[in-house]
Amino acid sequence: MDHLFALSVAVPLLVAAALVGVKPLLSGRRRMLDTVAVLTAASVAVMLLVIMVQTDGGDRVYWFAGFRPFRGVVIGIDFEAGPLSAGLAALAAVLVTASMVFSWRYFERVATYYHALMLTFLAGMTGFCLTGDIFDLFVWFELMGVSAYALTAYRPEERGPIQGALTFAITNSVGAYVSLSGIALIYGRTGALNMAQIGAYIGRHPPDRLVVVAFLLILAGLLVKSAIVPFHFWLADAHAVAPTPLCVLFSGAMVELGLYGIARVYWSMFGTALGHRAEISHVFLTLGVLTAVVGALFCFRERHIKRLLAFSTISHAGMFLSGIGLLTPLGLAGAAVYVAGHAMVKGALFLCTGIVLHRLGSVNETWLHGRARHLRITGVVFTLAGLGLADLPPFGTFLGKGWIEDTGSAHGMPWLMPVFVLCTILAGGAVLRVAGGVFYGLGDPPSEDERMARAANEETSETDADKRRTPLTMIIPPTVLVALAVAIGLTPLGPAADAAAVRFADQAAYNATVLRGAHVAHPVAPFAAEAAGITVSDVVTGLVSAAGALLLAYLALYWRRLPVLRRGYEPGTGLTTLAEGFQSGVVNDYVTWMVFGLACLGGVLALIIR
Amino acid sequence: MQVFPFIVVAWIIGVGLYGIATSRNLIHQIVCLIVVQSSTYVLLLGVGYVTGAVAPYFYDVPVHTPAVDPVVQALALTDVVVEAAVTALLLAIAIQAHKRFGTLDPHELAEFKG
Amino acid sequence: MFFAGAAGLVAFYLWGLLGLPGFGNYPGPYGPAILRVAVAQTQATGVVSAVNFEYRGFDTVGEEFILFTAAAGTAIVLRMLRGEGERSPVDEARDRDAPPTSNAVRTIALLFTGPVVVVGWWLASHAQTNPSGGFQGGVVLATAFILIYLAGAFLTFSKLSPTDVTDAVEAAGAGGFAAVGLAALFTGLPYLYNYLPLGQIPGAVSSSGTIALISFFVGLEVAAAFLLIVSELLEQTLLIRHGGR
Repeated sequence: MDHLFALSVAVPLLVAAALVGVKPLLSGRRRMLDTVAVLTAASVAVMLLVIMVQTDGGDRVYWFAGFRPFRGVVIGIDFEAGPLSAGLAALAAVLVTASMVFSWRYFERVATYYHALMLTFLAGMTGFCLTGDIFDLFVWFELMGVSAYALTAYRPEERGPIQGALTFAITNSVGAYVSLSGIALIYGRTGALNMAQIGAYIGRHPPDRLVVVAFLLILAGLLVKSAIVPFHFWLADAHAVAPTPLCVLFSGAMVELGLYGIARVYWSMFGTALGHRAEISHVFLTLGVLTAVVGALFCFRERHIKRLLAFSTISHAGMFLSGIGLLTPLGLAGAAVYVAGHAMVKGALFLCTGIVLHRLGSVNETWLHGRARHLRITGVVFTLAGLGLADLPPFGTFLGKGWIEDTGSAHGMPWLMPVFVLCTILAGGAVLRVAGGVFYGLGDPPSEDERMARAANEETSETDADKRRTPLTMIIPPTVLVALAVAIGLTPLGPAADAAAVRFADQAAYNATVLRGAHVAHPVAPFAAEAAGITVSDVVTGLVSAAGALLLAYLALYWRRLPVLRRGYEPGTGLTTLAEGFQSGVVNDYVTWMVFGLACLGGVLALIIR
Repeated sequence: MQVFPFIVVAWIIGVGLYGIATSRNLIHQIVCLIVVQSSTYVLLLGVGYVTGAVAPYFYDVPVHTPAVDPVVQALALTDVVVEAAVTALLLAIAIQAHKRFGTLDPHELAEFKG
Repeated sequence: MFFAGAAGLVAFYLWGLLGLPGFGNYPGPYGPAILRVAVAQTQATGVVSAVNFEYRGFDTVGEEFILFTAAAGTAIVLRMLRGEGERSPVDEARDRDAPPTSNAVRTIALLFTGPVVVVGWWLASHAQTNPSGGFQGGVVLATAFILIYLAGAFLTFSKLSPTDVTDAVEAAGAGGFAAVGLAALFTGLPYLYNYLPLGQIPGAVSSSGTIALISFFVGLEVAAAFLLIVSELLEQTLLIRHGGR
């Protein structure tokens, strides 16, 4: 059964190659092409879910070409899967399946290549999640990247996609190469590429400067991918212009993979060696909270729906990073469940936006005001997903965030809860404002003027097909995703997620599993394990967030009738004046910010550990 | 000079980043990206070097002759292919940028963003 | 701000770099472990190829597909767009003659084409022996087609490399590699296990089992991918014009 490990990557790659190989035969057989691609993605999802369930009792290792380690020295490449890594890969596969169903008969002109690239993207994400080798991680990171850059630029006749793809590709490539420098650096010290072996080696010595520098450099690429402030600028530009099905993958899986990479690198390699747990936790938390706040403010200000959702993703990435950065198993478990719940609702939101774009040819909130009333089902699904994004119980999101806040309070950070609630209210409020205005025509209609007409044309339609109706293949995926988000919240995931997180965070167990083939069923938690269950406070915070978001959305829709606010004020402007200039769309500035951010982080880490 | 190769590595990456941050021409910027990546080749090959050892090919030397690390050479080869792929794609996008909008300046490309 | 950041980052990086063991003192153990076992285990005298196609073969699968993806991506980005058509280049400066391709260039390019093909194949098929292999061979093979273009025969060039065929060859190369690895699973062996006979003589062309086979597929993939990318770029600049057709 272990062959599933290899198959989960090899199958999508082979199918991608086969599709391109027989391209001439497939022209005019669009249905077959779609079926093959969807089935492939779905089968990968099934394989990964099987792996996830199988590894529930203990992680499993697969050695490619059968080169097992000998006396602690690894000469091959391994896949190491636990419920968290396999689960995240499965999540990505589910999202790919949903996007491919959504884009059934979409993209007429680039059909085969589109399908092949989606499948290589999937293979890249799977390999990235499962690998136990740091250089292999880089290879799959790049495969994921190259597929994503190409798909972002799929409409090269417009300026947006060109600019978005370029900033995306250049910033992420710089990050990747900086990471590769870190990998080379740690290899120069340890002579190993296997994460467990590196961890075992550097864990035996006190941390020195090389380890600190390598740690930060390896993180660089992952921080860029996961859009952590100040490495986040590319994300909104790329999201705004990428095809909607791809946005689902960017927001729901790719950003989270970057965060997973951070967790993996910390827990399997550097955790023991670096020590200074509290200080490093503070660094992560600072980044996370900063990202959450900046993302939420920008999100509320935005009127371009795809960009708005992108900023909400940045805000959530900050909260996930905080969950991971608390460095407790419960925080990790919370982040994992939060990621799953968020991926479902955010995927549904993007797909509904895609339907609006298909039917009405615009994604500008102001122009669309009241124009999507006839899209009833889409409106309901969008609103539900918006409530899910605002952490309304029983959507899975409230659980994950609740756990992160619980463990924060237990470790002397009670201020985390109000900050997160505020960010959720801002982001959720923005999405619900869109829902109310666009689908139900609530609030005051905007004035019609020239600026408006220009705004409507910000984004041209992606579809060539009949625009008078919404095909079932477009409406089913978001509905299913919203249902899955509720299912995640209702399943008693607590104990399983907690156990998985404890095992993920036990570096000694990881080493033993990989290097000595041990089967570790009862790992040691770095802290006394905190029970992961649904507490009253989780439910209350969830309800408060959702109520706050609804209230904020209401206020934003009817702001003109409020006596306190002067006429002509657009809700949200002014919130981000200080930072707006930074979001310049010029890749040079973004790279400057990256360099500056890395230097600051480097300085802080150097001070902590020396 | 045991540290000299590593100083070169830091120099190359610094120069490359400077180029990306200041360039007003996309093609130039993409080449600077290659420069950044070149620093990783130097570093990879540098860390695996063993003084006085042969290349890891044993066609005409006895099998157990001391040789430099073959792994970093394989990694550098992989790295080169990745670079070629990313560069090709970026250049293709740059060609479209120039053809459609008549400019290769990242500042001008950004001006018309929605 | 950039200078402050860059100075800080480079200083930080150097600070870490100087923590490395000095140049020429590689400590191992990965490299030495491979050097100890590689020739005996694989019958390949080119240990770098053994690492690339066997010990770290899975990396190379990913890498092949990065190239494959880049070629497909280039095709997407440079496809013919709405309102564009193919048109042969028009001479826009009638008063000046374009300098014809000189006979020297033409002769040399054509003279080299044959040998370049031979060298490419030779490189791709000797991965197990010496510092050659699929990547090197593939790139050299692609050069042969570019020489034909240089000789001034763009139409011959595009006739010799129709996109569909190149696509198919590329897919065969990339897919072939993945499939070679997959074949091991049917007999219960791990992915990419070297299940072919290794041969008796280290370094012989017939030695090293799947290493040679994989190198062949990599050669195909690399040659086709480069050819595809180059011809897409050339087509875009030479043939596709706005409002043509």
